[in-house]
Amino acid sequence: MSVHSFQEHFDNLIDRDVTIEPKDWMPDDYRKTLIRQISQHAHSEIIGMLPEGNWITRAPSLRRKAVLLAKVQDEAGHGLYLYSAAETLGISRDEMYNQLHTGKAKYSSIFNYPTLTWADMGAIGWLVDGAAIMNQVPLCRTSYGPYARAMVRVCKEESFHQRQGFEIMLTLSKGTDIQRKLAQDAFNRWWWPSLMMFGPPDAESPNTEQSVRWRIKRFTNDELRQKFVDVTVEQARVLGLEMPDKDIKWNEERGHYDFGTINWSEFYNVVKGNGPCNKQRIEARRKAWDEGKWVRDAAMAHAAKRKARQSEVKAA
Amino acid sequence: MTNDKLNNSKNEWPLWEVFIRSKAGLDHKHAGSLHAADAQMAIENARDVYTRRMEGVSIWVVESKHIQASDPGEADSMYDPASDKIYRHPTFYNLPDEVKYM
Amino acid sequence: MNLAYTLRLADDALIIGHRLSEWCGHGPILEQDIALTNTALDHLGRARSLCQYAAEQYNAATAEEKKNSFSSVAIQQLTEAGKQLTEDDIAYLRDGWDYRSLLLLEQPNIDWAFTVARAFYYDTFNYYFFSHLKNSNDTTLAAIAEKSLKEVTYHLRWSSEWVVRLGDGTDESHNRIQQAINELWQYTGEPFVMNDADNVAVSTGAGVNLADIQPLWTARIAEILQEATLTMPPAGSWMQQGGKEGRHTEHLGYILAEMQYMQRTYPGMEW
Repeated sequence: MSVHSFQEHFDNLIDRDVTIEPKDWMPDDYRKTLIRQISQHAHSEIIGMLPEGNWITRAPSLRRKAVLLAKVQDEAGHGLYLYSAAETLGISRDEMYNQLHTGKAKYSSIFNYPTLTWADMGAIGWLVDGAAIMNQVPLCRTSYGPYARAMVRVCKEESFHQRQGFEIMLTLSKGTDIQRKLAQDAFNRWWWPSLMMFGPPDAESPNTEQSVRWRIKRFTNDELRQKFVDVTVEQARVLGLEMPDKDIKWNEERGHYDFGTINWSEFYNVVKGNGPCNKQRIEARRKAWDEGKWVRDAAMAHAAKRKARQSEVKAA
Repeated sequence: MTNDKLNNSKNEWPLWEVFIRSKAGLDHKHAGSLHAADAQMAIENARDVYTRRMEGVSIWVVESKHIQASDPGEADSMYDPASDKIYRHPTFYNLPDEVKYM
Repeated sequence: MNLAYTLRLADDALIIGHRLSEWCGHGPILEQDIALTNTALDHLGRARSLCQYAAEQYNAATAEEKKNSFSSVAIQQLTEAGKQLTEDDIAYLRDGWDYRSLLLLEQPNIDWAFTVARAFYYDTFNYYFFSHLKNSNDTTLAAIAEKSLKEVTYHLRWSSEWVVRLGDGTDESHNRIQQAINELWQYTGEPFVMNDADNVAVSTGAGVNLADIQPLWTARIAEILQEATLTMPPAGSWMQQGGKEGRHTEHLGYILAEMQYMQRTYPGMEW
């Protein structure tokens, strides 16, 4: 087949909604886009362990401690599934780590915000995981098979994450004055960054159109953001919390809530590295990786020794 | 292998494919992949990564490089010829209603 | 009543679970980060069962027994107010001197070698301890022991394999694990010291005679260290103790300051 007919075959698969598998021919840009998106997604999971990890040792009850620990561990698992999916495209996990540690790769900028109180565990679960789920559910049908399958597993596990966050918020909102204050404060701080999680507005999103065409993405950033606002307003009402945006108003004509202007200059600055915790997050990952090197090397050296001894035994 | 060489190389743990039997009596099914230094560790890592929610009762692992896969470009010649052999399926045959369990 | 005995086991589980949970997100490789967290969750689960059982026993005790059980002011205040204790009160409102955990378990993670060596010493102890405790005439402790034994069997496999891997890996890993094995050795006498709580529990048939399991522990440690090409520290060397009596190393204070911070800052609230 000529490249032209390969391309035709590929386009045909995409149009018929047939998944693309690792050994299928695919355009270079499709492969590159996928590697970028999947590895970014994996990095977000791994970096995402850090802000919540802060509170594992300070969780206020044994039950909360176990739940939080299991949740942060799930994020490690999700990172692992996603790195594995990216590896089917011909990039190694080491290489992806290298891109993360050198600042070449991006990750979700929300994790560059600090977790200041216990209520942040509630707000992250409720809002950040809520936004993530909204982004992720359509990805279970994304065109690349290994990515879609990883996302099915992620979404299955993710379902408890948002609930545990909401449960924390609910407990706080039913608690004492100071607990309600903690909840409102966390809501105020995480609301806008959560909206930014859906990425720049469609008009400024350079990759959206092609990604939708390739069925890597199923909805645009603005569509998903609107959906998130609509459900969150209702949930905030259940919690008895005040929306941190005075411009929130039901728009009868659109059938959606209108909301205020997002501070995109803050968003771009955080992406560029000027967020409150960018440096610490990358530093923590790099430290874990560098300090783990001798451990990983030891395991490989031991495996090699064992193998050598086994073949000696066989030869004798 | 000298230690110096280890320290200079990238020395990434190899990739393994994990297959899990979810219940006694069922087939092992591909669950995903992971990295491990050796086979024993691969099984244990699979236990820790892929059976945290009681997903399995038995685990197989195989190093990914040992998996041989068919070529998707040959899919037409590999799989289409089976499509007209409907006589391989039991529903192809008409039985009188009196014959019940067959 | 086996309150003192239950508490000690609860504290061991809680402190080691806490230490291992500090690794979450910082492990040397994702797969092992996940593996170690599974173990932390096992310990934490056991800590909860034991704290619940301790609270139950405390709540059923006489006023006199209650008074003698803890010196912590926060617990005394709850008791005076007629409140029933919960698992969280047990964990979060006792001061260091009411903690009865082994000194070994509060030692810091330092690096992968220290974490593995600490786990190896403790998992080996736990394995034989729970093998015996499952015959306890205290049915709650026996049931917890039976469940724990399955978990601990896996923990022991994990830590033993890592001792071998590091010992028989590279020069660097060999040196690091040998150092950890040596430095933590001073805390390996305490698990076998029979104190009042042990003697009472053994005499009633609830507890384990630690003299029975010490030779099993020593033999197992020696076997694995040999396989790992490591040297066993000398028998008869000086052993630290005190944790079982509430006299701890400096590390416990920091653990509790962090762990109890929320409950102490915002007393009496639901989370």
